[in-house]
Amino acid sequence: MGGKPGGKETFGDINLRKGKERRELRIARAGCIMPSSLLRAVDVYGRVYSLSTAGQQWEHCHDAHLEFKRVSAVQQCCWGIACDHNIYLNVHASDVPIRYQEETYENQRWNPVDGFSDRLLPSDRWQWSDATGLNHQPLSGFQLPSENWEWEADWHQDENFGGEPTEKGGWTYAIDFPAMYTKDKKWNSCVRRCRWIRYRRYKSQDAWVKIPSEQTGALPDPFNDISCGGWEITEEPRGCLALWAVSLQGKVWFRSGIHHHNPEGSVWEEVAVPGEVVQVSCGPGDLVWAVLWEGHLLVREGIGRDCLKGTSWVTVESPNPGLGAVHVAVGVNVVWAITKDHKASLILYKQWVLSNLTICVSMLAFSSSSNVDLGHQCCLQKNVWAIGFEDRAVYFRQGVTASELSGKAWRVVSVSRDSDRSNSSASANSLQSAGCFFGGEVRLESQASVVSDIEPDTKRAVGKVLSASETEDNPKPRIPKVTSDSFISELVSDREGQIGRRDVSAPAAGLSIPEEESAEKEAEDRGSPAQVLSPSQSGGLDPQWSNVDLEEAQIQTSGTAGDTADTSSLSSVATYNLAQEELYGSDEHQKWAWISGGGCAVDSHMQLNWFNSSTSTALNCSMQAMSLSITPAQTAAWRKQIFEQLSERSKREMENFTHYEQAIEQSVWVKKGSMQWWRDWKPHKWVDVQFALEQFSGVDGSKDGILFIYYTFNDEKKYLHTFINEVTILVPVLNESKHTFAIYTAERTKQRWPIRLAATAELEMYDWLALLSVSCCDSRGIQGPPSKQAIWSITCKGDIFVSEPTKELEASLYPTPCDQMFWRQVGGHFRIIESNSLGVVWGIGYDHTAWVHTGGYGGGFFQGFASSTDNIYTQTDVKSVYIYENQRWNPVTGYTNRGLPTDRYMWSDASGLKECTKTNSKPPSPNWTWVSDWTIDYAVALGTDREGWQYAADFPASYHGSKTLKDFVRRRRWARKCKLTTTGPWQEVPPIPLSDITILPCGPKNTVEQVPLWGISNKGDVLCRLGVTSLTPAGSSWLHVGTDQPFKSISIGCVHQVWAIAKDGSAFYRGSVSVQDPAGDCWYHIPSPAGQKLKQVSVGRTSVYTVDENGNLWYRQGVTPSYPQGSSWEHISNNVRKVSVGPLDQVWVIADKVQGSHGLSCGTVCRRLGVMPTEPKGHSWDYGIGGGWDHITVRGNAVEAPRIKMPPLADNSSQEISGRGSLQTRNHPEINGNPVGC
Amino acid sequence: MADDKDVLRDVWFGRIPACFTLSPDEITEREAEPYYLLLPRVSYLTLVTDKVKKHFLKVMKAEDVEEIWFEYEGSPLKWHFPTGMLFDLHASNTALPWNITVHFKNFPEHELLHCASNSVIEAHFMSCIKEADALKHKSQVINDMQKKDHKQLWMGLQNDKFDQFWAMNRKLMEYPTEEGGFRYIPFRIYQTMSERPFIQKLFRPVSPEGNQLTLGDLLKELFPAAICVEDEPKRYQVIIHGIEPLLETPIQWLSEHLSHPDNFLHISIIPAPSD
Repeated sequence: MGGKPGGKETFGDINLRKGKERRELRIARAGCIMPSSLLRAVDVYGRVYSLSTAGQQWEHCHDAHLEFKRVSAVQQCCWGIACDHNIYLNVHASDVPIRYQEETYENQRWNPVDGFSDRLLPSDRWQWSDATGLNHQPLSGFQLPSENWEWEADWHQDENFGGEPTEKGGWTYAIDFPAMYTKDKKWNSCVRRCRWIRYRRYKSQDAWVKIPSEQTGALPDPFNDISCGGWEITEEPRGCLALWAVSLQGKVWFRSGIHHHNPEGSVWEEVAVPGEVVQVSCGPGDLVWAVLWEGHLLVREGIGRDCLKGTSWVTVESPNPGLGAVHVAVGVNVVWAITKDHKASLILYKQWVLSNLTICVSMLAFSSSSNVDLGHQCCLQKNVWAIGFEDRAVYFRQGVTASELSGKAWRVVSVSRDSDRSNSSASANSLQSAGCFFGGEVRLESQASVVSDIEPDTKRAVGKVLSASETEDNPKPRIPKVTSDSFISELVSDREGQIGRRDVSAPAAGLSIPEEESAEKEAEDRGSPAQVLSPSQSGGLDPQWSNVDLEEAQIQTSGTAGDTADTSSLSSVATYNLAQEELYGSDEHQKWAWISGGGCAVDSHMQLNWFNSSTSTALNCSMQAMSLSITPAQTAAWRKQIFEQLSERSKREMENFTHYEQAIEQSVWVKKGSMQWWRDWKPHKWVDVQFALEQFSGVDGSKDGILFIYYTFNDEKKYLHTFINEVTILVPVLNESKHTFAIYTAERTKQRWPIRLAATAELEMYDWLALLSVSCCDSRGIQGPPSKQAIWSITCKGDIFVSEPTKELEASLYPTPCDQMFWRQVGGHFRIIESNSLGVVWGIGYDHTAWVHTGGYGGGFFQGFASSTDNIYTQTDVKSVYIYENQRWNPVTGYTNRGLPTDRYMWSDASGLKECTKTNSKPPSPNWTWVSDWTIDYAVALGTDREGWQYAADFPASYHGSKTLKDFVRRRRWARKCKLTTTGPWQEVPPIPLSDITILPCGPKNTVEQVPLWGISNKGDVLCRLGVTSLTPAGSSWLHVGTDQPFKSISIGCVHQVWAIAKDGSAFYRGSVSVQDPAGDCWYHIPSPAGQKLKQVSVGRTSVYTVDENGNLWYRQGVTPSYPQGSSWEHISNNVRKVSVGPLDQVWVIADKVQGSHGLSCGTVCRRLGVMPTEPKGHSWDYGIGGGWDHITVRGNAVEAPRIKMPPLADNSSQEISGRGSLQTRNHPEINGNPVGC
Repeated sequence: MADDKDVLRDVWFGRIPACFTLSPDEITEREAEPYYLLLPRVSYLTLVTDKVKKHFLKVMKAEDVEEIWFEYEGSPLKWHFPTGMLFDLHASNTALPWNITVHFKNFPEHELLHCASNSVIEAHFMSCIKEADALKHKSQVINDMQKKDHKQLWMGLQNDKFDQFWAMNRKLMEYPTEEGGFRYIPFRIYQTMSERPFIQKLFRPVSPEGNQLTLGDLLKELFPAAICVEDEPKRYQVIIHGIEPLLETPIQWLSEHLSHPDNFLHISIIPAPSD
C-alpha cells in the first residue's frame, strides 16, 4: 500500500482513453467524490494554483500561458488581473450550464381578408415586441452578448401559457392590445400574440476569458486590484455578485450586472473616492472596505439588495493610528487589516448585517503577532488566510470561532505543488474540481514537463522579487512581470505546431497554448457533440438537451492525447520514489504573491490535509474514499475465509449439541431511571415517574423486554407497561424546553396518543433512545443495514426512519396494517429521501445538498453496535428559522410597532399566537447552532416590497407585496440560518444543490445495470445522473436536460416513464426515455386538472399520481403502453401532501390533518388499500405512523405478497367510502396527537 | 455481506460441547453420571463449571472433596487460559463432545493455579486486560476507565452479556487512525510440544515502512516452522477460535476481532493431523 499514494488515480487516468472502460473509471472516481472547495493563490511568478480542502497539493491551473497579478475567487468563478493588465474571468464548469432565455412576442391582428396576419394598425405595437409591446424586438435583433455565448437552438414558439398548453402553436388571444390574453380564441378576439423563445448558453467555462474594458468610455488606467464578493446579499436564483476594482491611479471601479445569467457583468462604473485607493476588499455580504494610499480605510455604505454598488464612503482610521493600513480583507462581520509594520489586526466593525455561513478572508502580508479584539457576533466560522511577508508562505488562521474571531495561531499551509510530485499524484481531488476536468490531458503533460521548464525561469524571477521587495517600503508585493508579452508570444510561436498536444518530449508542451486557440478547441470539443445530438426543432416541443459530460468529446480528445497520457502516467508509477520526491519537495519552497479564499469554506469538522503532506494522510484519505464502493479489504480472501470458517465452526461444534445445557444461565437485566411522563388522562401534565426497562435474553442471544412506567395516582402506586416487541417507533421530540421522546405501539398509533416521556438531560434522553432502540431491534431480530426493500420516511424535523417491509405488507387481501410497521431511526437530517429496490438511496438536506446512502446504519445518537463504523460520515444541514415583524398603521405616525391591544405580538411566529423576538428565538433544538444573524427574507410567497413588507387589511389575512389604500397592517419575515452537525451513513454528492430526486423503481424481477436517476436542481434544472449502479450509487456526473421553464418535481416509473412538474404547476411527460436513451427526446405538456397547479408527481409500475397545491390527489386515467401520457386526471382524495407510488403500484401518501388544529398541520403516513392490477386506484385508506411526517418512499419495496386466490370484491362502491372526501382524522388533543409537529 | 461485527458475535457466542466424567480415582457413594454442558469458548473453565461441581458433589462425601480440577487425556487443564484455547490446543481434531475428566483430589500443584473463588478469576482476567492495554495503548485507555467500567467488563464476561461487555471493550479496541493500529499486538502463542507455557513478544501491527503486517509476518518472526514451504506438506495448524485464518490476514484486524475478552490473541499451534 505504502509508497504509491497516487497509484490508484493514475490507473484511472489510463482508463480515461478507453471508451469502453471509461464508465468503470468514472464510477471508481465517483466513490471518491468528497465535498470540497478551492483555495486559490498566485505565486510570485504569476502562476495560479488552487488547493482543494480535500486535497493536499497545489494544483496548477492549466492556463499556464497567462501570468496573473491577482485573483479573486468565489465559489462559481474566479476573477483575475493578468500581467497584461486585463481582467480575466474563469467560470468553473458545472454539470448545469449557464443558460439564458431570450424572449420576444409576435403580434398579429385579425382582419376580414387575411384572418390573423402581421398587418397591424398604425397605432398598434410592433409586429415583434417585448411583452409590454413598447419595444421593438425583431428576432434578428438578438445578438449574443459576447463571443463566450452560443445559441442552443433556433427560435421556437412557447406552447406553455400559464402552466397550460395552448395547443394552438402558442398563440394567445385578446380583444385588443394591451389586454388580458386567453388561450381560447373567442368571437371578439381581434389580436393575438405568440411568445418566441431561444436559449443562449455560456460556453467559455474553465478558461480565462478577457473582459473587454472599452465599454467604459474613457479607458481606465490599468487595473491594479480586484475583489469579488457580495454573493450573500441576494439569494438564489438571482445570484448577484459584486466586483470591485482599483486602477493604478487609485480610482475605484464597480462592475455592474454580474449575476447568475450574466457571469461577465455588463459595464464598469466608476465610483468616486475621496482619495487614492490602493486596495479594495469585498466580503461575501455587504461589507466593502478599501485602503487609501495614506493608510486610512474607507468603508462603503448603503450596500443592499437593490444597490450592490452602495452609495457613499466613510473614512475610518487605521487600527494602529501611528501606522497606516496597507491591506484590508473583509468577511461578513469581521475585517482584518495589515498595517505598515506587517502586523495583522482584526477590526470589529459596528455596522453588521449578517447573512452568511462562512467568511473567507484573504490577506496579504503579516507577521505572526496579531492585535485583536473579541467580537460578540454569532457566526459559525471564518476562515482567514494570509501570506507571510518574509517567507511568502500561505498561512491559515487556526481556531477562529464565533466566540473567538481572532483565532489562535497562524499555521503554515505546507503542501506540495502538483509539479513537485510527478504526475502520479494527479489525484481524484483535482479531477473533481470541475476546473481541471476537461483539461485533464493538458495537465498531465504540463506536470510532466513543468519541472524542467520552470527552472531557468525561477532563478531569474527570484532575483527580481527580492529586489522589488527590498527597494520598496511597501509590504504589498509588486509582482514583477516575470514574463513579458514578447516572451509569451515567443513561447506561442514556438509551440504553435504542438497544439495537438502529442509531443511530450518537448519540455514545455502543453504549457503554453495560446488562449484563443485553447479556448476555441475546448469549446469545440464541448460544443460540437451537443450540436450533433440536439435533434431538429419541431413544433413547439423542445427536444433540446445536451450532454455536459460528453462521452464522445472525452473519447475524442483523450484519443488524441492518449499515447502521451498513457506513457507519462505509466512511467511515473513505475519510477515513483517516495524518498526522492519528498527531498525534492522540501527543497523548493513555494513563494506566494496573492491568495483568495472567497471560494473556499473550511468547516470545523473538516479534516484538512494541508499542514503536513505525509503519505499516511494520503492513505487515510483514499481508504475513506473507497468505502462507498466495496473495499478491496472486504472482498479479501482472508476475510471470506474467516467468515466461512466461523460459520463452519459454529455448525461443527454447536449444531448437534443444542440440547446441551448452557453453562451460564441468562438473567434479567434492568435499567432504571427517573423521567417525566405526559399523563394519559386529563388534566394532561408532566408527572414524575420511574422508568424501567427489563430485558431478558434467550439462549441464542435473542432478546425481549418490557417497559415499565411507575407513577403515583391518588397516593397509590401504579404502573403502566409495554412490551418491547410491540413498540413500533421511538421518536425524539427535541424542543427548546424539554428533552422528550414518544413511544408508539400499533394501538397508540391508532389512538394518535403515544407515550411521551421527558428525560432530565439531552444526553440522558439519547442514552435511553439508543438503548430502547437497540432493545426493540433485538426483539425483532433486526440488525445491520436497512434492506434494499426498506421503506424510508422523514419527519417534519428532518429525522430519518426506515422500516423493513414484510411480505404481507402489500398483500391484496389481508395486508399487514401499516400502523404495525416497525420503524427505526437512521442518523442524518433530510427533507427528501428516495430509494429503489437495488439499494440505491439518495437524500436531500434542507440546504439542498444531495447525499447518497453508504450502505451503513446508525450514526446520530446511535453508538457502538447500533451503528456501523466504517461508513458513517459527518452530515451537516442548514435551515432557516423564521419570525415575523408585525406593524399596524395609524394616522399620526404611520406604520409603527404599536398595535391594538387585540393585535398579535409585534414580533411573532407565522400564526401570530406566539411571541418570537430576535433575542428569545432559539434554534429548533440544542443540536442546532446559529450561523448567521437575522436578515429580512424577501423570498416570501406573494412577494414583498423593497423593505420586505407584506400588507393586509388586518391580522390575520392574506398578505400581498404592495401597499394599497385598504391596508392597515403589514408584516415582514426575518430569517436566521442555523446549522446542524450530525453523523449518518451518508456521503455528500457535490456540487449541485437539488430540490427533488427520483430513482427508477425496479420490479420484483427486472434488474437494470445502470440505474436511471433524475434530479431537479434548486434552480429548477432537470438533470439525469449517469453511472449509477447498485455498487456505485453515487453515480458519476449529471446530464442536463433542457426545459423551457424551471421544474420542481420529477418521477420515473418502472418502464422509464418520466413525469415532471414545472414550477408553474404544469405537468410534463418525457418522451422516448429508455435504457439506450436515458435522457429521452422531448417534453410533452400534459394539461393539469382544471384550475389546479400541480405540486408533486410519483410514477410506479403503471400508475401515475400527482398532488396539487390544494392537497388533492389525482390519478392519471388512460395510461397505456402505447399512449403513456394518459388521457385525464381522476380525483382520488384531498388533504394529501405527498404521494409515493411503488414498483407494485402501491400508493402511499402523507396526508395532512384536517384544518382546524392550530399551527402547521403535519402529516400522517397512509397507504391505499385495495390496490390491484385491475383496480389501480384502490378503495380506502389505511393509517400508519404520524402526525409529524413529511415524506415517505415505498419505491424500494418490490416484495410481492404470496399469491392468494382472490374472491372478487363484494362491493365496488366501497371505493367511495373514504376514498373521496377527506381523509379521516381523529379528534385528539393536538399536543399529543402530533408530538413531532412543529 | 457479513459485517465485521458478526465476527465478534460469532466469537463471543462460540460454544464447545463438553462431557464431564468423574475420575475413576474419586470415591463415590454411587455411580456418577456424566454431565453434558456447552462451554463458552471465551470464558474460563472454573467460571462456568459450577453446575458440574454441584452435579458430582451429589454423589460424593464431603470429606473426599478438595479443590476441583480438570484433566484431558492426562494433561491438567489450566483454568487461567480461555476454554476455547485449551480445546484448540489439546483436542482440536478429536470427536465431540470434548471429554473432560473431573478431579477433586491430588491437585497438581506444579501445573495448576489454585482457584478458590471467582474473585481469583476476576483478578486474573483484569490483569490480562491491563497487560494487553499496556501493550496496545500504554495503559492509557484502561487507566482512563472507572472502576465501574472495569466491573462492567468482568460482569459482561461472567454473565455472558455480549452487549454489556462490548459497550466497554470497544474503547479498548480503538486506536488513532494515523497510526494504523495498536502500539503492540497483545498475543500469545501456545504449542503442545513445548515446555514453555507460551510465546509472547513485542510485535507492532505496522511495519516501519507503513505496511500492515499479517499473521504470516508474526509467525515468520516467532514461529517460522508454522509457515509451510511450498510443495511441503503442512506441518502445523495455526488455530484461533477453532479456525485457521489465512496467513495474509492483517494482525491488527485479528487483534480487533479475534481477541479473547482478555484482549489477547490466543494462538494455538498444533501439529497437523498426519492424514
